[in-house]
Amino acid sequence: MTSANAVAVVLWIGATMYAVFAGADFGAGLWSLLAGGNERGRRPRELIDWAIGPVWEANHVWLIFAIVVLWTGFPSAFEAVFSTLFIPLSLAALGIVLRGSGFAFHHVARRARGRSLAELIFGLSSVLTPFFMGTVVGAIAGGRVPVGNAAGDPVTSWLNPLSLVIGALFVATGTYLSAVFLVSDARRARAPDLERYFGTRALVSAIVTGALAAAGLVVLRSDARFVFDGLKGDALPLVILSIVCGSAVLVLLRRNARRGARVLAAGAVGCVIWAWGVAQHPYLLPQKLTIAAAAAPSATLTSLLVVFGVAVLVVLPSLGLLFTLVQRNLVRETSRPTEQRRDKPHADRLRR
Amino acid sequence: MLATTLQAARSQMAFTLGFHIILASLGVALPALMLIANYRGLRHQDADALKLAQRWSKAVAVTFAVGAVTGTVLSFEFGLLWPAFTGRFGEVFGVLFAIEGIFFFLEAIFIAIYIFGWKHLSPWTHFWSGVPVVITGLGGAFSVVAVNSWMNQPQGYAPTTGKVTSVEPLKVIFNPAVPYEVPHMILAAYLVTGFLVASIYAVGMLRGRRDRIHRLGLLIPLTVACIATPIQFAVGDTAARSIAKDQPIKFAAMECVQTTSTDVTEYLGGRCTSSGVKDGIGIPGLDSFLVGWSTSTQVIGLDSVPPDDRPPANTMLHWAFDAMVGICSVLILLALWLGIGWWRKKDFPQSRWFLRATAVSGVASVVALECGWIVTEVGRQPWIVYNVMRTSDAVTQAGGIWITFAAVLALYLALGTTLIITLRAMSRRWRNADEQDVDVPYGPDAGPPADLATGTSG
Repeated sequence: MTSANAVAVVLWIGATMYAVFAGADFGAGLWSLLAGGNERGRRPRELIDWAIGPVWEANHVWLIFAIVVLWTGFPSAFEAVFSTLFIPLSLAALGIVLRGSGFAFHHVARRARGRSLAELIFGLSSVLTPFFMGTVVGAIAGGRVPVGNAAGDPVTSWLNPLSLVIGALFVATGTYLSAVFLVSDARRARAPDLERYFGTRALVSAIVTGALAAAGLVVLRSDARFVFDGLKGDALPLVILSIVCGSAVLVLLRRNARRGARVLAAGAVGCVIWAWGVAQHPYLLPQKLTIAAAAAPSATLTSLLVVFGVAVLVVLPSLGLLFTLVQRNLVRETSRPTEQRRDKPHADRLRR
Repeated sequence: MLATTLQAARSQMAFTLGFHIILASLGVALPALMLIANYRGLRHQDADALKLAQRWSKAVAVTFAVGAVTGTVLSFEFGLLWPAFTGRFGEVFGVLFAIEGIFFFLEAIFIAIYIFGWKHLSPWTHFWSGVPVVITGLGGAFSVVAVNSWMNQPQGYAPTTGKVTSVEPLKVIFNPAVPYEVPHMILAAYLVTGFLVASIYAVGMLRGRRDRIHRLGLLIPLTVACIATPIQFAVGDTAARSIAKDQPIKFAAMECVQTTSTDVTEYLGGRCTSSGVKDGIGIPGLDSFLVGWSTSTQVIGLDSVPPDDRPPANTMLHWAFDAMVGICSVLILLALWLGIGWWRKKDFPQSRWFLRATAVSGVASVVALECGWIVTEVGRQPWIVYNVMRTSDAVTQAGGIWITFAAVLALYLALGTTLIITLRAMSRRWRNADEQDVDVPYGPDAGPPADLATGTSG
């Protein structure tokens, strides 16, 4: 494998991690938005909070990781994508700001009004960000991003059927992943009612996601023939594997199985992302820019691979430590549920 | 008149960076204050210090979360605002950001472990889980500032015109501006954070809250800041001399030196005009002396390059430089005041004037920080990569930057306001909390999220 291809693999690993972990976070935001009014939605929201509180910050770093690998390893591709797709990427950034701060503040906002405003912002931006990210991927897959500084169409490059379907697919994927994850979290929190609650939602969102993926294939066929042919060709095993994983999750959910659903759901999503990568190989921007042509000088690529190696050796164990501590309930914000109860008289006093 | 995309992009970048630099400084230095308090608390069984550590850790959590967001925006702006810059040089400086990525990642992980581990890890394990946060903060600061240093002193790539085809990463990472720019920024982070936190407790004490928590909360950060300040003065002085050598035009703009000559007068304040400084306080020969320890040292003037190659807003630059140096000098006096008080009475001076000075020091140090950032960024103009690439050649060809700038402005103002309101609300809550509401560090495990499990609510 050339070092350019190796760096492309690293880029795809970052994108996969971001899609799976941050995608699940985005989905949780949507579920928190859909959970309904203050009292009705309280319990699902509490679970969501409890589940993603300790890990969300680390999940989000994958985006920065992928962006940095892209501009370091393939600067001309980065230039092309970020200048032509200025509008959706600005909107995605807007969503990231709103979402991050909404989450940061709703944790500490005590008063009900500030809290629900923060939650609303958190929920809405959790939909906007993955949607616009999806339109960006649609624009790239559709071959609408030419090399150069804002050389493509600023609007039609991402405002087209393919981009819109993939945008919707991104949102749906996140809700699906997070519902599956939250089923496990509800079990960990010993809340059988929430387990059922998110179990139903996992099933529904799985079906919606599958339907959108199928719709995406139809649009790809007419609009992005190169990628479609790739999916039918070299990437076919990954497509099949994704379908198998996705179906297995449905079976597990219906059977209330205790293990495997999360891994399989993540696997289904990961397979799609890798299928996309394989399908458009050797292009980074299909039929516009190959991986080899976009690649940085070899010393840069080597350094990136070394840095990635160090990251694997250092970051993964730390990340493993964090997840282990969270899963074992050793670290988490225990104070929250109890604090809330304690809080009520205080809030009443304020209202009076 | 419609202003240009370049102006909009520069305004947006300046604003978002100027905002982020405050949060980044807090992110670098606040964990250190937190650990100092934590260490004191464990070592001397000091419950007040532990309480401070716990409170500061919550402030770290909020500021880090907001700082992570504003940092993500900056990474987007590399492409949204300066695609031609990143498209050409991303492969040169990008490795530094990849390294920064590791530090940032580890920082996020260990902050999460530290914050959420207050009640679940044994005290010393918990303390040690915070140490990586401080180390990775330093590492991240090094990586990011090294990129800025490289923009000031580009090297380690070829060819110097057109597409870069070869890179020497070590030469990029350890470029000539790193030895003075990186320590200058890290010290600034500690200085600003120290004075800022101390000023909050000083205000509390001025309002009559003279309990031990407030005294400790003032003393720990103020001591750190007062140690950093004189060192910062020396490092800054070295930096200025290096800039006179490495980036003479930036130095000339900082000091309003119009023509290359010896015996150059040092001006404090004043207006920069093409015929010299008006209305400033001039000290003959001092500028030459500061550059080369002799009044006969030659200082290069702005006239040595064509007008197109000179930085804009000369008077503002000059004032920014003077304000930074002036504020640092005054803060050294505050440090001396603290030092003398400590030497004589083993306590900080109890006078209200000392508290007032400390209360102002926080805002003053932030002003100095922003001024320093203006000096280094505006002083490098019209270049984005010094003497290699013009900022005007780096900017995006996309339209509508004024719209995003307006949106960012509104959003960040809301964000900053909410952040301050939130931090104030947190501190009020700590102050008014009855005994029950105060979290006890390392208290007993509250058990699994009880009301989730019981499913009592309707």
